[in-house]
This record gives sequence, structure tokens and C-alpha cells, in this order.
Amino acid sequence: MDQQGYRALRLRMAGAIVAFSLIPLCVLGSFIYSRFSMTYAEKIEGGLRIIVGNKRTAIDMFLEERIAQLRNLAMTNDLDRMGDKEFLSRVFDVIQSGSKSFIDLGVIDQDGSHVAYVGPYELGDVNYSGEAWFNEAMLRGVHVSNVFMGFRNFPHIIIAVTRREGDHTWILRATIDSEVFDSLVRSVQLGLGGDAFLVGADGRLQTTARFNGPVLTPVPAPVDQLFSGERIQNLTLGGQKVLAGLAWLNHAPWLLVVTEDPGEAMSPLLRTQSMVIGLVLGGLAVIVTGALLVTRATTAKIMRADQEKAALDASLVQSGKMAALGKLAAGIAHEVNNPLTLIRESAGWIKDLLTDEDPESMVNYDEIAEVVDKIEHHVDRAKTVTHRMLGFARRMEPVHEKVDLGAVAEQTIAFLETEANYRCIEILRKLDPNLPVIHSDTAQIQQVLLNILENAIDAVDRDGCIEVTTGKGKDGFVWLSVVDSGPGIPPEIRDKLYDPFMTTKPPGEGTGLGLSIAYSIVGKLGGTIGMESEPGHGAKFTVRLPVGQA
Amino acid sequence: METTRVLIVDDEKDFLDLFMKRMVRRNLDVHAVTSGPEALEYLAANEVDVVVLDVKMPGMDGIETLREIKKRHPHLEVIMLTGHGSVDSGLKGMSLGAYDYVMKPFTIDDLLERIQKARERVDINRGKAR
Repeated sequence: MDQQGYRALRLRMAGAIVAFSLIPLCVLGSFIYSRFSMTYAEKIEGGLRIIVGNKRTAIDMFLEERIAQLRNLAMTNDLDRMGDKEFLSRVFDVIQSGSKSFIDLGVIDQDGSHVAYVGPYELGDVNYSGEAWFNEAMLRGVHVSNVFMGFRNFPHIIIAVTRREGDHTWILRATIDSEVFDSLVRSVQLGLGGDAFLVGADGRLQTTARFNGPVLTPVPAPVDQLFSGERIQNLTLGGQKVLAGLAWLNHAPWLLVVTEDPGEAMSPLLRTQSMVIGLVLGGLAVIVTGALLVTRATTAKIMRADQEKAALDASLVQSGKMAALGKLAAGIAHEVNNPLTLIRESAGWIKDLLTDEDPESMVNYDEIAEVVDKIEHHVDRAKTVTHRMLGFARRMEPVHEKVDLGAVAEQTIAFLETEANYRCIEILRKLDPNLPVIHSDTAQIQQVLLNILENAIDAVDRDGCIEVTTGKGKDGFVWLSVVDSGPGIPPEIRDKLYDPFMTTKPPGEGTGLGLSIAYSIVGKLGGTIGMESEPGHGAKFTVRLPVGQA
Repeated sequence: METTRVLIVDDEKDFLDLFMKRMVRRNLDVHAVTSGPEALEYLAANEVDVVVLDVKMPGMDGIETLREIKKRHPHLEVIMLTGHGSVDSGLKGMSLGAYDYVMKPFTIDDLLERIQKARERVDINRGKAR
């Protein structure tokens, strides 16, 4: 797999982890939020319902008291008494001492004219027979008016009660400053943005609202709906959506409206919302970070495993190749050995026969003897070649044996010397003759040395020298170093020196496996491999191998 | 000392001829055969001191022949001729009772020396047997 493949794998893994963690996280977050908002809305509505109910009762009670007060007066005194201005004035003083909300008090005859009047206005000669409230009061016996400006020219309401004495009817009418309702309602104007007001059946404000204008301003309250008890409803007031508690009064045709400041009421909810979002985002950040870290570590591990596998595969292929080569070499060597023996024996026989001859009488005696010697000499040469080939074949089998590192180095150098000579590269040997025999695997060591030496020859290329040195360390290790006079190894590739498929040779010429295989073999044999290089001054590879058991 | 009687077993005729000529010249009583069964046949009929046995032969190979010889003629000493550069087959022969092994191509004097030593050993074996 290439780098892109690993990146894709990493992204896929991270994506899966994030997706699968995010789904429950979001579900949980939205569930918590919805439950909370539901509960919270219920709580707010409940609170509003209680406030509206209580306030409605309070206002109703106020109105009821006033009506009862007037009715008591009207029922206990006849028109003659009430028509007496002095008496009325006294009564008014008594009433006003109990409640300042009474502005004036009047007794009106059934024709609409004032019989008596006590109050700050000069209304003695006003006739009410044309007023709506007068007719209403005459008809129903009790009347509570909407707020109006009237003759007095300031907002007030009228409470009128009718007394029937025989066939004569008169009305006791009191004016109440509507300010009193303002103060009654104002106490439930909640928080910074809450409002509370009364709305008449005509849709006009009966009290000064906090945000919706002064008294008598029309407001878009749902006055067309009639209902008993309290109702919670979303209203749009002054262009803003608010949660409103509504209740109709019993003693006046007024709708009590209490609104919550939407921002204030819902601010805990908004806080929760932002907290939930924050938590989800925080969780997301943690999950993403975790996923990235985990997947990076995992892909790194996979990458390493793949590389190790590639190196292993390569080394298996390599050793398979070497084994096949070894068999071939052994076959050839064996087949060549027999004719060599024959040649040698033949030469030997000629030598034997020459001893019978008289050197003096035989013309070419010396020449023949010399040639026979040469034949023997060259058979010996051929013998070393076949023996080396057989030795090479034998070493393909994995073994644990006594290894003379110096001899192995000598043999390996001999393999490559022809090639080196051809390129005018001199291989110098500085082999320690007193090197202890180590317990290891000759074939594997030879493979390592072969790879390093081949690299050294390739690095030098032409006209240079390679120095092979062996020695004994103090720590139960022997070492072998190969120093070449090549261009050295640039610092940027030193980290990747032992990576599989790392090569500086042109494509197709190097497998990039030599040092990788060497590294893994040396590791398996319990040794180490190290490199020192100064660019321009060649490279030095040192292999250290344990001596092993004696 | 009596002449050492040597039986050489090798499948290569040319080699046998040369070997015989050279050994006879060195005053050895040499007989040559070209296969394991022939060798066993000859040994059954003739008195021999040392057998020089090629490891690699068609049919019955050297190791097999060696096993058979050692079974039938335990006092004989056998020198293995190995074409395998490896010491393995030689060592295997040794473990089966061969006296020594020589790698091809060999020098005649080296082989001669080993044959003489084997002969001494045979004398000792016979002395004990007697």
C-alpha cells in the first residue's frame, strides 16, 4: 500500500469512529435538551397560570368590595337621605378615609340629572341620561364601566349601583381613579421584560402597560375569545412573540394579560441550549482528536507491519533464490569434479611414466614434465573454484555452527574480488588472526557481508579501495567493518537506510533490499549493524555479532 | 610387510584404469570394480585389506555399499572418495564406520598415505580378531 492508501485508510477509520460516536452524542444532546425545554416550559406556564389566577382574584376582589360598599350605601339609605348633599359629603369622607381610590360620589335620579354630587369637579348640572353606562346601570342594577376620559378628562371608571324605591329608581355612582388598577397590575409586571395589563372588551388598554402604551391604547389581545379560568398562549405584542397568561375578570369585562419577558423567561433554556451545544462540540473535538490519534497509531502500526512483511517476503525470495543458486552450483561442481579428478590422475600417470624415461634420451623430457606440473597446478585452481561453489551450496541450509568470521569474510571477498578487480577497486583485508570462533550461521553472515560489500563496490564504482577489518570487542562481541572510499551517504537518507525498497541506485538496478535483509539477519543473529559516514569521505558499515556459547 | 590388497569401487572406467596403473606402480595389489554389488561379490571371494569407495554411484551408492561391507567384513577398512565438496557425505561415511574420506580431486600421495594407515589399522583389527 502506498502513502495515499494509508492516508485513505486512516481517514476512513477516523470517519467511522467519529460518525459512530457522534450519532449517540447528538441524540443524547438533543434528547436532554428537548426534555429540559419541555419541563422548563411547563414550569414557566404553571408559574404564569398561578400569577394570572391570583391577580385576577385580587382585582375581582377589589371590584367586588367597591361594588358591595356602594350597594350597602344605596340599600341602607333612601334617596332623600342620599340626596342630601351634606350627608353624601359625610359618607364620601368616610369612604375615602378607607380607600383613596374613590374620586367622587354622585346620586343620579332616574332622569339622568344629579341629585347630589360630592367631588373635586363641578358636575352638579351634568345630565347622564344619554350616557351608555347610565342606561346599562338602569337596566342591570350594577355597572362597571371601561376606562374612559369622560367629562372629567382623565382616565377613570364608573361603578354604578341602582336602588329601586317603589316605582322610583335612582343610581349611586362612584368614580374610581383607574390608576388604582395600574398599581394593582403593576406588581405582576415580572422581571425586566414582563408586562401586565387589563384589556377591555373593545381591545383597548384599561391600565397603562409597561411596553404596550398608555391607557386606552388598542392592543392585539385576543378579546374575542371568552373563557373561564386561566389560559396560557403565545401572543405577538409590539412585534415580539411573548408567552402570555390570560384571564377574564368576573366583575368587569376586562381581560387580564400577564406576559413573560421571552428573553428572560427562556434564558435558562438558552443557557442550557448553548451548554448542550458546547458539550456536543467539546465531545466532538475530543472524539475527533482521539480518533485521529488512534488511527494514526494504528496505521503506523499497519504500515510497520506491512514493511516488515515486505522485508520478510523479500528476504524469503532472496534466500529461495540463493538456495536454488546453491543447488545449481553444487550440481555443476560435482559434475566438474569427476573430470578434474581424471585430468589430475592422467597428469599424475604421465609423471609416473616419466620416471621410467631417461631424461637424456628423451628429447622433450623437461618440457613434458613442466607441462604436467602446470596441468596439476591448474587442476588445483579449478578445484578451489568447485570447492568454493560447493561450500556456497552447503551454506544455504540454516544451521547453528562454529563460524570463523575471518574465513567467512575471506570467502565472501573472494566471491567479489574479480568484479572489484575489473573495476580497479582494491579490497584491503585487515583480518584479526586471533578472532574467536563464534556460534552463528555462516550462510546468513555471508549473505550480510555480501550485501554490504556489494553496496560498497557500487558506492566506489571505479578506482578506489575498500577496507575490510575484523576485531574483537570487549563485550563478548566480534566486529567486522567495511570502509569504502565512495561518496558517502547523505544525511537525509540515513534514517531510511535499512528501510525495504530504499535505494539510491537507478530504477531496475537495485532492489533496495540489501541492507534491509542484512539488518534483519544481523538482528536475528543477536548482533547489530551500524553506519558512519561523512559525505565525500565514504561510508563505514560495522557489523557486530555475539560470540555465543563456548 | 605384505603387499596391501586394495579394492577400488568407482563407476568411472577411465578413472579406474588410471588409478590401477598408478597404484600398481606403487606396489599395491589393486583390483577394480565399477559398482557396489560387484564389490560385494569380489569381497566374498577374495581377501582384501582396504576398500576405496566412491560415494556417488548409480544404483547402489557408496553409503549403502559401505553399510553392507561393514556388515559382512567388519575387519575391512574403507576410505570414502567424495565428489561432494561437502564434508557431509564424508562425515556420514565416517559415522557408518569408514576409516577416512578423501575429496576429489585428490593427490595420489595423499591417498596412498591414508591407504597405508588404514592397512595398519586392518592389521590391528585382524590381530585382535585372532
